[in-house]
Amino acid sequence: MRVNFVLSEVAAGLRRNLTMTVAMILTTGISLGLMGTGLLIANMIGDMREIYYDKIQVSIYLADGITDPQRDAIAAQLDSSPEVKDYLYESKADAYARFTQQFQEQPALIANTPQDALPESFRVELVNPQRYPVIAEQFPNGQNGVDEVRDEGDFLDRLFSLLNGARNATIAVAVVQALAALLLISNTIQLAAFNRRNETNIMRLVGASRWYTQLPFILEAALAGLIGALLAIGGLVLTKILFVDKTLAGPIKAGIIPPVDWSAIAAISPVIAAAGVGLAAVAAYVTLRLYVRL
Amino acid sequence: MIELQHVTKVYPSSPRPALDDVSMQIDKGEFVFLIGSSGSGKSTFLRLLLKEDSPTKGVIKVNDKTLNTMSKWQVPKLRRTMGCVFQDFRLLTNKTVAENVAFALEVINKPQRTIKRVVPEVLEMVGLDGKENRLPGELSGGEQQRVAIARAFVNRPLVLLADEPTGNLDPETSQDIMLLLERINRTGTTVVMATHDYHIVDSMRRRVIELNDGILSRDQSRGVYGLGR
Repeated sequence: MRVNFVLSEVAAGLRRNLTMTVAMILTTGISLGLMGTGLLIANMIGDMREIYYDKIQVSIYLADGITDPQRDAIAAQLDSSPEVKDYLYESKADAYARFTQQFQEQPALIANTPQDALPESFRVELVNPQRYPVIAEQFPNGQNGVDEVRDEGDFLDRLFSLLNGARNATIAVAVVQALAALLLISNTIQLAAFNRRNETNIMRLVGASRWYTQLPFILEAALAGLIGALLAIGGLVLTKILFVDKTLAGPIKAGIIPPVDWSAIAAISPVIAAAGVGLAAVAAYVTLRLYVRL
Repeated sequence: MIELQHVTKVYPSSPRPALDDVSMQIDKGEFVFLIGSSGSGKSTFLRLLLKEDSPTKGVIKVNDKTLNTMSKWQVPKLRRTMGCVFQDFRLLTNKTVAENVAFALEVINKPQRTIKRVVPEVLEMVGLDGKENRLPGELSGGEQQRVAIARAFVNRPLVLLADEPTGNLDPETSQDIMLLLERINRTGTTVVMATHDYHIVDSMRRRVIELNDGILSRDQSRGVYGLGR
């Protein structure tokens, strides 16, 4: 294979169709960027599950007027329950400390919250998180110093279904955009093949192999796909620096939202690059097979 | 060398076959004129030999290889044994004379060493030495056709197919081109030339195969263009 020949054909092809090439690179880049965002959100959801689900499952909020014997009785009941894997007692002071840490970026909120506003509670981890109703039954609301038993998992499920929805929407837009990118790639390759029909006709007649004739076109698309992928990765890096690390700095520091690590971007970058190059090359190949006589 | 057995070609767009039960044999080293009016099936004949198309019925053999059963990836190998020349030259206008000829070898992966050796040789043979670095646009029609012939011949094909190679040239230039084709034929290359030029056919007195509405109506050694002329 004459590398110089193939590369010069690729370069000439990209130059000749400059506007189409730019359009092809941009749509591919946007599509891959959205795909990367979707993957990052998926990662984030996974991290958040670990943060939240592992820590708490059921909270037993205690009434303000609870007596020490009542509190001890609840602790004893939790100790003896086979449903309970572990539990943690959080006093009003503990709750306030956690609150101030979570909202340290919002001093006004902290200033307006009296120190004893947050209830004391038992944070309970279940052997089987699905068995929440059993615990709720054992500690009826409003009796024996219990104010309310709340399934935190239920709230988290709703939060995660929201995040999952965001992820799915991002990926759906990415798919539509990818379709546009594929059609554009197909169109560009047809145009490129038309522009070079004199060369390819002669190549066909003098017995150049199919592969030799098609390779410059496929490489042309693959190169555009690679540049699109690099743009997408650059976009993700900028998003991290300018949006995630700045605007979301507070919640991330407080541990509400997991940070987007460089390692996560590094992990999905090869996926994005492979998807860009692979899809473009396959689209080009299929186009040549279907629409172009070489 | 070339053998057709009861070859029929029907295009879907036309009820009348482009070739109708044509059988013939062309031996190695022959010089054959293929004549007939426009639409008589000459181009279809050449296309079938190049396996640009497949016959509807019948068997075609080139160099003892049956084209009907040939797989797609074997076709380039077949075409490397055949050279093609056309009425409209089909040169790459942005490449020089030498580059046009070298292109045919580059795309079939010939080593650069070989290309550097054989391109000047073939350009000298067709009488274009000294014009290697000209662009096709700077050459006369006859010279451009010489470049096309050099390109077709540079890989020493067994068969040279020429589709009205003198169709765009004046009589004198046409004569020069015919001398060149004869010279190529003398090296042992089989030449099949489709033409309308009766002066050339009559003066050369070679084998003439005439197609009439897709039917082989005449196959005559040392023939002339038309008996009534």
